[in-house]
Amino acid sequence: MWGARNAWCAAIDDPVWRGAFAEGRRDIAGAALGTLAMGLVAGVAMAKSGVGLGVILAMSLLVFASASQLACLPLIAAGAPLWVIVATACVLNLRFVVFSVNWRRYFGRHRRLSRVLLSYLAGDPVYAQFVHRHPQPSSDGRATAQQQGYFLGLALTNWAAWHIASLAGIFLADAIPAAWGLRFIGVLALLALALPMLTDRAVRCSALAAGTVALATASLPMGLNVVAAIATAFVAGTWADRRWSPR
Amino acid sequence: MHMGHDAYVWLAVGALVVVTVLTRSFFLLPDSEPKLPGWLWRGLRHAPVAALLAMVVPDVFLSNGRLLSDWHDARLFAVGAALAYYLVRRNDVAGTILVGTGTLMLLRLGFGWP
Repeated sequence: MWGARNAWCAAIDDPVWRGAFAEGRRDIAGAALGTLAMGLVAGVAMAKSGVGLGVILAMSLLVFASASQLACLPLIAAGAPLWVIVATACVLNLRFVVFSVNWRRYFGRHRRLSRVLLSYLAGDPVYAQFVHRHPQPSSDGRATAQQQGYFLGLALTNWAAWHIASLAGIFLADAIPAAWGLRFIGVLALLALALPMLTDRAVRCSALAAGTVALATASLPMGLNVVAAIATAFVAGTWADRRWSPR
Repeated sequence: MHMGHDAYVWLAVGALVVVTVLTRSFFLLPDSEPKLPGWLWRGLRHAPVAALLAMVVPDVFLSNGRLLSDWHDARLFAVGAALAYYLVRRNDVAGTILVGTGTLMLLRLGFGWP
């Protein structure tokens, strides 16, 4: 325990770590605008859901997942069975399971508690920005000082943006006009974060197929269209990789 | 319903916390490297961007569960402007979001578009 704390202090004193932290804080600024908008929307939705303030605050501070919060609130308010709520949240969080495969390449050799905490902080914008800036993990499964600083710069800024906005949304719910359509700013942010991931022809092909399927199956319950889209991308991507790569 | 409403709501929130933590740390929980077959590993590289776009595309083209019938929609123009900006200024994520948001707000608040 003390060893871990000393390691932390040493890391924070390291100028490389500090520089990377500041860089991460700057790089997430644009995407944090989307996080702010989503947090506000989630806060307003929670305040107007008819669920008690204590529950709302606990949910806002602990759950930290915009999509599943927005999808599950109406279910909770309507008294849906618990398994439906859990299933919906699992489906909407499936993308994080996929992200965690990649996080393992960066943080696999860190202590388990650190791994769980890091992944908890790593929302969509953090993943997209981090992988874009550091496409190559270090070979020993431990993040470099630069990667650690950069990750925390991104993640803590994003985390703060979410909580400030979500609390503001809860307490200022009546003062925020629905006409602003804030939710769509969050959608624009996700789009902007997805664009740099379209790195090669095979990924563009699988992404196009996934988007089409997500649209065609949008009427499925519990966010299952996202599962359909991921499965489609997997199949289409595997096909495209075989077709276009020499391997 | 057998349990009280309060207990139900707290259980639901607790379940959401557990699901969030477990899904985000799924492949980070075991200490040893999870053994995934190669084809699964290779196919998974297509999943993250697909998951993000799966949440974006329906929100752009659907209105109350139906395909847009009128092109006078601020969302379409916001996405168009954002894409155009991204193509001109590669990798400027912040600028792309700002251009999209600006277009959305201008059309919605300035012109009263849906």
